[in-house]
Amino acid sequence: MVRVLINVPKRVKKGEAFDVKLLISHPMESGQRRDAMGEAIPRDIINSFVCTYNGEEVLRADLFPAIAANPFLSFAAVAEESGTLVMRFTDDHGTVQTETVNVTVE
Amino acid sequence: MAGLDPAIPPGTDTAGMAGSRPAMTDGGRAGGAFLTRLVLAATLTLLASIGWAAEKHSGYDDAGPETRAMQDDDASNPGFLWVQQGEALWSERIGAAGRSCADCHGAGHVAMRGVATRYPQYDARLGRPVTLTQRIEQCRIERQAAPPLPPESDALLGLAAYVGLQSRGMPVQVEIDGPGQSFFDSGKALYTARQGQLNLSCSQCHDGLAGQRLGGSVIPQGHPNGYPEYRLEWQGMGSLDRRIRNCMAGVRAEPFAADSEELTNLELYLGWRSNDLKVETPAVRP
Repeated sequence: MVRVLINVPKRVKKGEAFDVKLLISHPMESGQRRDAMGEAIPRDIINSFVCTYNGEEVLRADLFPAIAANPFLSFAAVAEESGTLVMRFTDDHGTVQTETVNVTVE
Repeated sequence: MAGLDPAIPPGTDTAGMAGSRPAMTDGGRAGGAFLTRLVLAATLTLLASIGWAAEKHSGYDDAGPETRAMQDDDASNPGFLWVQQGEALWSERIGAAGRSCADCHGAGHVAMRGVATRYPQYDARLGRPVTLTQRIEQCRIERQAAPPLPPESDALLGLAAYVGLQSRGMPVQVEIDGPGQSFFDSGKALYTARQGQLNLSCSQCHDGLAGQRLGGSVIPQGHPNGYPEYRLEWQGMGSLDRRIRNCMAGVRAEPFAADSEELTNLELYLGWRSNDLKVETPAVRP
């Protein structure tokens, strides 16, 4: 489990775009670096991110090594009815983490 | 001539000096006055620009717009990942005493408001100044009967960031009067002492050359008003200790040990030096 900070407005207006902001605590080790002993440090990044809303896919992203540690993801979404945002990301070890946020549409 | 040269008081016998100066015609005198005015105007303009650079300001003002934007939005400031951890630790019961920070202090956002502005602070019982981080460790050991957290660990940085955040926007108020004075003096001496193979003092860069550039980066005035802070260079959170040891390695000096008396005294001086600047914890810096 890594630490995640999610920023989504609790209440949004129907049909109006709102921002989803996500900070993930992760080293995003590129695999290009070597340690003090000259050994290659294995790649360790979050390689995929999927966001769904009430089961419907909102955003899917493949992430690559040239991304800084503790990546910040931000995108806009539109909701027609209240529901649950589910954010799922997978790292190089195959670990899957899921975060959920409830959104109320007024 | 005496009228043109304010350094010579009226009535001074300038006859003896006349020989050392070129004779001035009337035209020369008028041209001289014009030049004087021009030089004066240029000097004033220069002073005005130096004036801002010399005015006490936070490293925030020297950072680029992208870095400032990162700090301004709590949702994009990675320091809040550590704050989140610190907030969780605040109410976690630990140690042989089975006590959490909250059990004694209550809610962090109430009890810790303004606390970080006063650190480093002289501790009468210990007879020396302590930093906020050392105070947290002291509390862990004495009140919670828990093992100390390793320096620069995420947990310790998280707690310090959480406590520091409660003073965000409040002016730094480090006191140096009374018994803390001698520690302050030794911190000030360290600040102005040349050290390392490059033979540089902190003051030479952070007072003398602040606002100018070292490579591509602006040299800040070196005010510690945002620690612990997120450095893009580190790709992570770090303490003022770490920053100072970084600087010392930069001038090729042997860095002071973590939590050494020298570091604490230097931090006391730096804290006082940044008085009245607003706390920015958790700051974001390049």
